[in-house]
Amino acid sequence: MRRRWVSAVAITMAGLLSLTACGGGEDGQGASGGEAAKKQVEVFSWWTGPGEADGLTAMREIFEKQNPNLTFFDAAVAGGSGDKARALLTTKLQADTPPDTFQGHAGAELQGYIKAGDLEPVNFLYDELKLRDVYPKQLIDQITVDGNIYSVPVNIHRSNVLWFNPAVLKEAGVAGAPKTIEEFITALEAVKKTGKVPLSIGSEWTAVHLLENVLLGSLGTEAYNQLWTANSDWSGPAMTKALQDFQKIMSYAGTPQDDWQPAAKQVADGEAAFNIMGDWAYGYFHNPPEGGLGKTSKTDFDWAPAPGTEGTFMWLSDSFTLPKGAPNRDGAIAWLKVAASKEGQDAFNPKKGSIPARTDADKSLYTDYLADALSDWSSNKLAGSIQHGVVVNDAWRTAINEAVGLFQQDQDVAKLQQALAAAAKSSGQ
Amino acid sequence: MRSVRRWLPGLLLVSPSIVAIAVFVYGMLGWNFRLAMTDKHDEISEGQFVGLTNFVELWDQPRWTISVNHAIVFTIVFVLGALLLGLLLAFLMEKGIKGEGTFRAIYLFPMAVSFVATGIVWRWLMNAGQDERAVGLNRLFDGLGLDFLQWQWFRDPDWGMAAMAIPAIWQMSGYVMALFLAGFRGVPEELREAARVDGCNEWRVYRYIVLPYLRPVTLSALIILGHISLKVFDLIVAVAGKQIITDVPAVFMWVAVFDSHDPAKGATIAAYIVLSVTVFVVPYLIWSVRKERKERRS
Repeated sequence: MRRRWVSAVAITMAGLLSLTACGGGEDGQGASGGEAAKKQVEVFSWWTGPGEADGLTAMREIFEKQNPNLTFFDAAVAGGSGDKARALLTTKLQADTPPDTFQGHAGAELQGYIKAGDLEPVNFLYDELKLRDVYPKQLIDQITVDGNIYSVPVNIHRSNVLWFNPAVLKEAGVAGAPKTIEEFITALEAVKKTGKVPLSIGSEWTAVHLLENVLLGSLGTEAYNQLWTANSDWSGPAMTKALQDFQKIMSYAGTPQDDWQPAAKQVADGEAAFNIMGDWAYGYFHNPPEGGLGKTSKTDFDWAPAPGTEGTFMWLSDSFTLPKGAPNRDGAIAWLKVAASKEGQDAFNPKKGSIPARTDADKSLYTDYLADALSDWSSNKLAGSIQHGVVVNDAWRTAINEAVGLFQQDQDVAKLQQALAAAAKSSGQ
Repeated sequence: MRSVRRWLPGLLLVSPSIVAIAVFVYGMLGWNFRLAMTDKHDEISEGQFVGLTNFVELWDQPRWTISVNHAIVFTIVFVLGALLLGLLLAFLMEKGIKGEGTFRAIYLFPMAVSFVATGIVWRWLMNAGQDERAVGLNRLFDGLGLDFLQWQWFRDPDWGMAAMAIPAIWQMSGYVMALFLAGFRGVPEELREAARVDGCNEWRVYRYIVLPYLRPVTLSALIILGHISLKVFDLIVAVAGKQIITDVPAVFMWVAVFDSHDPAKGATIAAYIVLSVTVFVVPYLIWSVRKERKERRS
């Protein structure tokens, strides 16, 4: 008798579980069906942190003012650089239930979606809004795939920034920010003698970030940009030299920290002299204690282009896309128009701590570091970031990460070069 | 007719779960193996049947051998550590400690915490900074004057995965203790007394009477810990993220599927994980079926 009871309970539980599983699916559909009068636009992003979420809200307000018949539905998924968001997005796209528009790094990172036929070209928007005149020509070139553009860049971040602590440099007798790779190595050596950490570093991806900066600094902008074209040379002596530089520089790195923030904090706290990180670090250094460290620029921390990269702006950009089969295509286009507008970008970027992709932004809104970045953006040569999805697709970037991760274990330059060459060959890009 | 009445209601009762398991467990497993035997190396290609090529080629990838080595080190340290610590705790408990119920609850509580929460706390505890830069456990050692114990923890190139097993041991040893405690309680008191009357000292009572009784419990514990360990993903990601230095097959699988966008490779790794767990579970099933038969006969 008792046995029968137990099995009855077990079966009821199993039944309940399958019922709830079915119920979940229906709920999701009910929500997107929504009201007929006010159509909603589902905007999928990974902007949930301090600063970036505020920027998104600012853009949302403009959007809702301009489009009173549309409601903004924030489908943001937390997690730095969109790791988890993108995994969820993959499953949504495979199930043919795309959001109305989603965030993606402009450039090669979108290739997977483009090849899978998930994205619609947005050339018509570029023509209608005359965006080709307000975005830098090199940017347009670098995000065009076979004559088509698939996304609307909202902001620009800079990858090649050397952050340093002026007091630590002074103590080590280093006159100022090093301009070349050689000067950088000399400076690292000088800092090492004082007992401070010469170069702070975070988890594995920050080493890849460092690698892209060393490659740009050591190879020069033209050779670097050529790496992503058909006439790339990954096996040549120039690359060997660059990777040896990378090895040398890595030998001055401190204990790897958990992520980029603790590594940047070592510089702010005067434990470390240098850190090479994208300019999102500025907000972290500068913002008041909730989201940042509340440090004073130029005294507690200072910046310069990464060694050997002066005159080049290594960029990455967040952009929005138009998925094929978006439930509310017109709503998505309305959102893209806000994202492309001067007003939208000037609302978003000062809060996010980035600069607008448009070159006609209101300069008075951008002060301190951002003013420097803005003037460099319109005057410098451009190069695209590896780690942040501009020049390589996901598969290639993962292969580079793997090669760098293995290099951190065995310190073998020849193997690293081989792995990088193999990654370039098999990338299918 | 009568026989139908005997088995039909039972079958109807269990059939929903049979169907659910057939589709969602075995169906998916089969689908995964099929995918692993194709060359679907990106999301859009159809994928041709290539047999076991993926299974063989995986071993040429340095990252795969590293992650397998990591999984082995992690499994050995974690399973042995949790078993020994659990046995020790159960032994102390069994010796009649005051307030046993409270202690039991305390040791079992970590089980209620998710691996992710454990991982986040231990990431801080196992921070690799040393001396003036120390936090967490290294800071504690520094403060106690036990500087020589300061360690790189999971960033140690050789024994990092052993450090990674520490939070897992912390979390699961209470559970093992509960298993062993139940096992200890199952040993008839008369047997121990008889042994003592025969002149056994306490050590020999445990060695020859109690421990043999614990064999089935140990085996269950081994299976449970072993399969947790081979599939470990959440703890690793919470402590270290997706880095090669702490790579394990499950993390590699995630990277292959969601970062490299290589479904066939991900499926191959998943297949290897399932196979490795099978190595643990199948002998246990055979053993328990045999035991049941034996019991029925006697």
